[in-house]
Amino acid sequence: MNHWIVAPIVLPAILAPFIIMVLRYHLDLQRIFSVAGVVTLLGIALTITAQASGGDIQVYELGDWPAPFGIVMVLDRMSAMMVLLTALLALPIVLYAIGSGWDQRGNHFHALFHFQLMGVCGAFLTGDAFNLFVFFEVLLIASYGLMTHGGGSVRLKAGVQYVAYNLLGSTLFLFALGTLYGVTGTLNMADIAVRVAELPAEDTALLRVGAVLLLLVFCIKAAVLPLHFWLPASYANAPLPVAALFAIMTKVGAYSILRMYTLAFGPEVEATQGLVGDWLQPAAILTLAVGAIGILGAQHIARMVAFCAIASMGTLLIAISLFTPQATAAALYYIFHSTLATALLFLVADLVMERRGGAIIPKPPMPQSGLISALFFVGAIAMAGMPPLSGFIGKLLVLDAARDASNANAIWFVILVGSFVTIVGLARAGSLIFWKSHDAQYAEETEPTELEETDVQPATEPQPGLAFTAIFGAVAGLILLTLFAGPALEYTSKTAEQLFTPERYISAVLGGEE
Amino acid sequence: MEALVASAVGVLTAAGIFLILRRRTFPVILGLSLITYAVNVFLFATGRLALNAPAVLNKYEEVPYTDPLPQALVLTAIVISFGMTAVIVMIALSAYLSSKDDHIDMTAQDCVDAPGEDA
Repeated sequence: MNHWIVAPIVLPAILAPFIIMVLRYHLDLQRIFSVAGVVTLLGIALTITAQASGGDIQVYELGDWPAPFGIVMVLDRMSAMMVLLTALLALPIVLYAIGSGWDQRGNHFHALFHFQLMGVCGAFLTGDAFNLFVFFEVLLIASYGLMTHGGGSVRLKAGVQYVAYNLLGSTLFLFALGTLYGVTGTLNMADIAVRVAELPAEDTALLRVGAVLLLLVFCIKAAVLPLHFWLPASYANAPLPVAALFAIMTKVGAYSILRMYTLAFGPEVEATQGLVGDWLQPAAILTLAVGAIGILGAQHIARMVAFCAIASMGTLLIAISLFTPQATAAALYYIFHSTLATALLFLVADLVMERRGGAIIPKPPMPQSGLISALFFVGAIAMAGMPPLSGFIGKLLVLDAARDASNANAIWFVILVGSFVTIVGLARAGSLIFWKSHDAQYAEETEPTELEETDVQPATEPQPGLAFTAIFGAVAGLILLTLFAGPALEYTSKTAEQLFTPERYISAVLGGEE
Repeated sequence: MEALVASAVGVLTAAGIFLILRRRTFPVILGLSLITYAVNVFLFATGRLALNAPAVLNKYEEVPYTDPLPQALVLTAIVISFGMTAVIVMIALSAYLSSKDDHIDMTAQDCVDAPGEDA
């Protein structure tokens, strides 16, 4: 067995308790170990991506129990790619958190950070539905701690909502898993796929209920329209570097939809036909519309970026809901782009909030305004999907894939108009925050109370240089994704092809040793 | 017995949802606990209901047995939901103590103020 597969889970699982128990009072050591851990994770992710890119689906049986009885980890192209994305995202965020001093505004930032990485990597790698629930819980528990990191009454209030919503989501997940187990008698994803295909057509009512419940759970995680209410308040009130990390959490929902509904409840399975794509697509279109309107209407930069996250999830899920190999390849490319772009915008928003507060109103200029506005500009271009960055390529791929869809007109209309509204909204925010600042300086004398309030210094000196380096790292990621769009698309196309031949996954998991 | 268990799950869920839709944190947390109880009972029932049956196979003779897997799942679910309830109680308590207000909804002012700025 290839032990690399379990390494992305084991590494943070060891590192996080080590940070809590041994390095509790040593911030510098915590930082060193945390960064070293993320760099190692990146190395592991690159290794397993290289292994998976050959096209073999590798299975890791925990405790060496054979497949339907024990829990398996499965490494295919999609899970390797998502683990790589997680590691790539984590590196700039941890550097930013150190550089901006966010990690010392509360306890255990680095430990929670690594627990979160463990949950995310586990969710991407597991081949067992109940194990997926457990990893969801791991990442959620860590995210509760990170979300309320630093405290403050508004943040704690938002935290209560966030925990309550996700607790309800977890309960729904258990109901869905219980129903599926009751019908199929198994929780191994590959085994579920086999049993679902064998089920007689007239005996599938419960199965359909289970499939739809499961879709609801994943839609809560992915913030699809009627279930998106938790996202703006949670993301906008979380510490923004944490919100940047949360950009991967909505993608966990998208990943799970893609995994379960190509493997077990695929488009060709009769029992669940017309359940997923038909419902998901209008919801995704509305998600994009609401996200774009939210960007236009937001009065706070953090809320605006949160709506950017919703809009990009809308675009992503439109591509996923088409359930064709071409659209899925586009979706996978767009996942990579939108995660990095959302994280970049959250980090820039944090720079702005630290310096002048986040309200989108003209205020006196802040230090390093030019550099920050340039970074905001880059992030906005990426998010809105303007050339030359990867958002343009991603949206182009999605539009191209939707060409033959039944309601291609609606999809094209909403994506194009949504992008336009996003551009307007981001331009409005950018000009109010960065351009109008000079007018405000002359128009009104600065209110002294305002300055005193925002002038709270953290315990030790933050290092803005490191924070900017981290943000430039995220920008570099987007530029590389644009430059190497060809190879990236080739990889995602092969990934999509692999996803739409679930027989290979099933035989890899259930067919014994490779 | 099936009807009894099913209606128990139903009543617990209904009561839980009713409480979750309240506006203060305490009833909401109670509602969440009720729903997690409901799902625990539900998970038990997914292994089919069997009375007085051991959860292990007998090697020597054919005896009725009950499915052990849901019991393991329920154990995980209980631990997780218990821990989560404790977490939400703590967060809700500190939110209440810091703002002297245990409404679960956020006011319009909360949406404009960011936490970084009210410190």
